[in-house]
Amino acid sequence: MTDATISAREAKPLPKWAVVTGSIVAVVIAIVLANAAGLMPKGTLLHGALIKPFVDMVDLPDLFVQTIWEGFVGGVLYALIALGFVLIFKASGVFNFAQGIMVVFAGLTLVGVYEKFASFGFTGMIAAYLAVVVALGVMFLLAVAVERVVLRPLVNQPDIILFMATFGLTYLLIGLGETIYGGSAKVMIADQLGLPKGAIDFDILGGRVTLQKLDIAAAVIAVAMIAVLAFFFQYTRIGRALRAVADSHKAALSVGISLNQIWIIVWFTAGIVALITGIMWGARSDVSFGLQTIALKALPVLILGGFTSVPGAIVGGLIIGIGEKIGEFYWGPLFGNGIESWLAYVIALAFLMFRPQGLFGDKIIERI
Amino acid sequence: MRAPSATDIAAGEVILAVENVSLGFGGVKALTDVSFDIRKGEVRAIIGPNGAGKTSMLNCINGFYHPTEGRITFKGKTRPKMRPHEAAAGGIARTFQNVALFKGMSTLDNIMAGRTLKMNRSFFWQILRHGPAMDEEIEHRKFVEEIIDFLEIQHIRKVPVGKLPYGLQKRVELGRALAMQPDVLLLDEPMAGMNLEEKEDMCRFILDVSNQYGTTIALIEHDMGVVMDLSDRVVVLEYGRKIADGTPDEVKRDQRVIDAYLGVAH
Repeated sequence: MTDATISAREAKPLPKWAVVTGSIVAVVIAIVLANAAGLMPKGTLLHGALIKPFVDMVDLPDLFVQTIWEGFVGGVLYALIALGFVLIFKASGVFNFAQGIMVVFAGLTLVGVYEKFASFGFTGMIAAYLAVVVALGVMFLLAVAVERVVLRPLVNQPDIILFMATFGLTYLLIGLGETIYGGSAKVMIADQLGLPKGAIDFDILGGRVTLQKLDIAAAVIAVAMIAVLAFFFQYTRIGRALRAVADSHKAALSVGISLNQIWIIVWFTAGIVALITGIMWGARSDVSFGLQTIALKALPVLILGGFTSVPGAIVGGLIIGIGEKIGEFYWGPLFGNGIESWLAYVIALAFLMFRPQGLFGDKIIERI
Repeated sequence: MRAPSATDIAAGEVILAVENVSLGFGGVKALTDVSFDIRKGEVRAIIGPNGAGKTSMLNCINGFYHPTEGRITFKGKTRPKMRPHEAAAGGIARTFQNVALFKGMSTLDNIMAGRTLKMNRSFFWQILRHGPAMDEEIEHRKFVEEIIDFLEIQHIRKVPVGKLPYGLQKRVELGRALAMQPDVLLLDEPMAGMNLEEKEDMCRFILDVSNQYGTTIALIEHDMGVVMDLSDRVVVLEYGRKIADGTPDEVKRDQRVIDAYLGVAH
């Protein structure tokens, strides 16, 4: 090794994280100093943007906790949707545009089947869970149909073609859903499924924080499902096969992995995730075709977390969910409220500047 | 296990027979009426100029293509349309001309993927990752570690293969094929793009596989020196037709082969 290379090594620039943390700390100090010097009097825009939100957070900690909780629940639900995308992206390299409508379709199927049971006078929890089984069966048939009709003829085609095919699938499912179940919104059968109702109040921090039991259930179910899936992908034979298929179709075939079987497994898993998402979102509002637009909220989550990472979907979902709620609550008034609809994209964009592959995404490796 | 000698092979049973195979893509004929056989335990080379149909032949054998005419008999069974994963299940492993690995996965995971077909614990146990599935995982991991030792790639076992230099990628690909414990191993230009040292290593591995495990090998190669040293018998293709078939010495002296490789004065 020559002297020149040694000195080049010593002159290594600071790591990126140090630069980022350093500049944040510097900005915070500057703001605090400026405030102390009386440069930002109350009522001005600067004060509203830089000082007031933080003062509010400290003054009313119970409200702050409540905001974070609501953001957390929203984030968990975003993560659920993102998870459906990640599953299919990991195993086929395809961004499945139809995931949003799959959520609606699964939810509608569940409610529709239950209503059918109810019309025969068969109600209650058993009927509800029987309806879940039927809905799962429908999602399985959908997975088989997608594999047969859409994916199999498109083996080895560029990803963009498969992506376009999922657009087609979206419109097909919208049409199919409206034909079978009608276009009106339906009420999710949350009670019949035994999902908890009501709220728990906590008197803490000199105030009251209210947690909906349904939200707690949603968080628990989502976390459990995510853990199982992450595990499954990383350590099992089928998980390895899924990743293999995503990387190279022909190599996967040559080691004896059946693409058909893998694709059915993946789409069915995404269908299960869609059904659970449909139940949880449906229970908070209702099951309607409007619900599919929440799938668009999954986009910033995916960008943030990385398209290929199950943990990324979760962390991304939480950052977006919590960031959104805090932004809306503390900074929203500055913009005349309603910033929730676009803030997620801004957050994702900011992260992209530092990590183009997302927080947990696979590093893009390409030898030239 | 001892290497089968030339006489063994001459008398040996045919493990794979290609009979009158033709393959066309629309108007283009990639293969025309090709017949040859591969005997158990031998190293069979398929050579020929660029575009002679060598890779197409390999693709027919492992089911990526289905011959438009003729038939391929493997271990006594003839199947008109064998799909690639069925071929793999039957004991045919292969590598690719321009390396097809799972780039985002580590060397270890890539080779473990080669064990997919050997692992058959049910879905249920796998999800739990407990009991039989765990024992199975450990058992296969052991086998894979042996392959890693054999190919001398211990130092890169946790590295995502996309980051590896080309020569090592080819070696990992060979490892993945070996993990399948195949009856027939198809190698598509295993030495392409390698320097002399890497070529020598690869030759050594191929010979070792043949000698130690008695695996039947069919390989496509451009380097004539390598072909002559490694193979027991050679089949020569040109423009999709077979022009010669025999031991390396016979093939080397064949006038049509010399013409195909060196060109003829018109």
